[in-house]
Amino acid sequence: MPSPYVTHPEAREIVFDFLEGYDVLGAFWMTVKLTALSAVGSLIWGTLLAAMRVSPVPLMRGFGTAYVNIVRNIPLTVIILFSSLGLADIFGVTLGTDDFKAQGFRLAVLGFVAYTAAFVCEALRSGINTVPVGQAEAARAIGLGFSQTLRLIVLPQAFRSVIGPLANVLIALTKNTTVAAAIGVAEAAALMKTMIENEAQTLLIGAVFAFGFVVLTLPTGLILGWLSKRLAVKR
Amino acid sequence: MSSVLYDTPGPRAKRRNVVLSVVFFVLLVLLLWWIYRTMDDKNQLTSALWKPFTESEAWTTYLLPGLANTLKAAALAMVIGLPLGAVFGIARLSDHRWVRAVSGTVVEFFRAIPVLLLMLFANEFYSRSTNVGSADRPLYAVVTGLVLYNAAVLAEVVRAGILSLPKGQTEAAYAIGLRKGQTMSSILLPQAVTAMLPAIVSQLVVIVKDTALGGVMIGFTELLNARGTLAANYANVIPSFIVVAAMYIVLNFILTSFASWLERYLRRSKRSTGAVLGAEDMEELNPAAVGGTFGTGAGGGFGSGTGV
Repeated sequence: MPSPYVTHPEAREIVFDFLEGYDVLGAFWMTVKLTALSAVGSLIWGTLLAAMRVSPVPLMRGFGTAYVNIVRNIPLTVIILFSSLGLADIFGVTLGTDDFKAQGFRLAVLGFVAYTAAFVCEALRSGINTVPVGQAEAARAIGLGFSQTLRLIVLPQAFRSVIGPLANVLIALTKNTTVAAAIGVAEAAALMKTMIENEAQTLLIGAVFAFGFVVLTLPTGLILGWLSKRLAVKR
Repeated sequence: MSSVLYDTPGPRAKRRNVVLSVVFFVLLVLLLWWIYRTMDDKNQLTSALWKPFTESEAWTTYLLPGLANTLKAAALAMVIGLPLGAVFGIARLSDHRWVRAVSGTVVEFFRAIPVLLLMLFANEFYSRSTNVGSADRPLYAVVTGLVLYNAAVLAEVVRAGILSLPKGQTEAAYAIGLRKGQTMSSILLPQAVTAMLPAIVSQLVVIVKDTALGGVMIGFTELLNARGTLAANYANVIPSFIVVAAMYIVLNFILTSFASWLERYLRRSKRSTGAVLGAEDMEELNPAAVGGTFGTGAGGGFGSGTGV
């Protein structure tokens, strides 16, 4: 989308006029929506995967391990591109909408969920692993059953140590949503590509978008980092 | 086998586990069968679509040159990014507050920005402000983006590597009269580099994965980009995706295995101080990093016997 100001060089005197005609906030809102939906989805799928990876059933453990190791070694770009060119174009997966834009958005979320869930799974699993076996043994020794051990002893400690790693995954997910630009979702990176190609102020445009991502990721890191330190189990 | 979640199973738990195994197995078979049927329905299993991969043309014309470019970009990014990262990592440990502040800000800034933005920006910057030819520009842009991001991550690795060394190393160096710079260059850094090696190899996996961004967004002819050309030529979108994904998995599997072998080797080796920065530490520094779960003791892969 060329700016209306291309034909008026004198208008460039005004520093921020390059923002006019572009919906920067709208693009970042799309980034936020992608992040939020993918975060919820990957938390659910990742928890299921983690449950499989720590289960006493070898087959489930094998499936969880295989999923995580395969998905983590494929570039996210391949997954996102496949969801569009493969799932949608070849297999006709429409995800319940005919609208091209909505479909791209949903496919991107699907790809992010599939990819990020592997990292969520690892964060949760390492969280459970930080709980010393002695804690559960002590719980069994005082006569608590399986569900009581899990509910009162293991999970409360595991959740606390999992906040930090999960916050890292969330920050990585926020940055990863830019990959959706590869299948035409109108989020921040896609808009930056359009703007940087059509406007003269390369450096300013870069700074605006960089600032946007710093604003999105920095508070998440600070708040959740503070929370994880505060809640950490002192051992 | 017991873990923090459950005790060694008794007769009842054993029966239940068998039932769960059977149910899960049936579900898994149904899923695989459904995938097979869907592929078959869309004629994705016909031999014509897969045949190109048995002939040398597909490999020599598309996939291997693509793979070579992927490796070239990744290697360049690591070779340029590591010294840069070392400089910033050491600067963050400086005794002067302003040096710490400046390098800390730079590192945190580049860690907060998506690699894709850096690549897009570099691409545009090279096209406007330099005379880099349009044929070389994508490679330059991809490497620049990767270097900026990974130097920031590697700075953290270097910092963690130096901090992981026992304090006695610094104290002993000062005791024999070495200066700060001498201590860093002849005592701390050589040991830190050894301790960091596994983490550095793990970071290579992230770099390899990120090169794919350049293929789609700025036309760098790496593996994923070559897949597009290949699929356009042979009209085999799904098989090409599967083959390329498998190539990435194998490549990254080799790197991860090497990293975890290195980690085990360094932990065993008697000559070091015992400080090793492994894949698990890497996840904290860069959550996008692929941890060495392939067969590492800590990760607990197939049958590694770690319990959970």
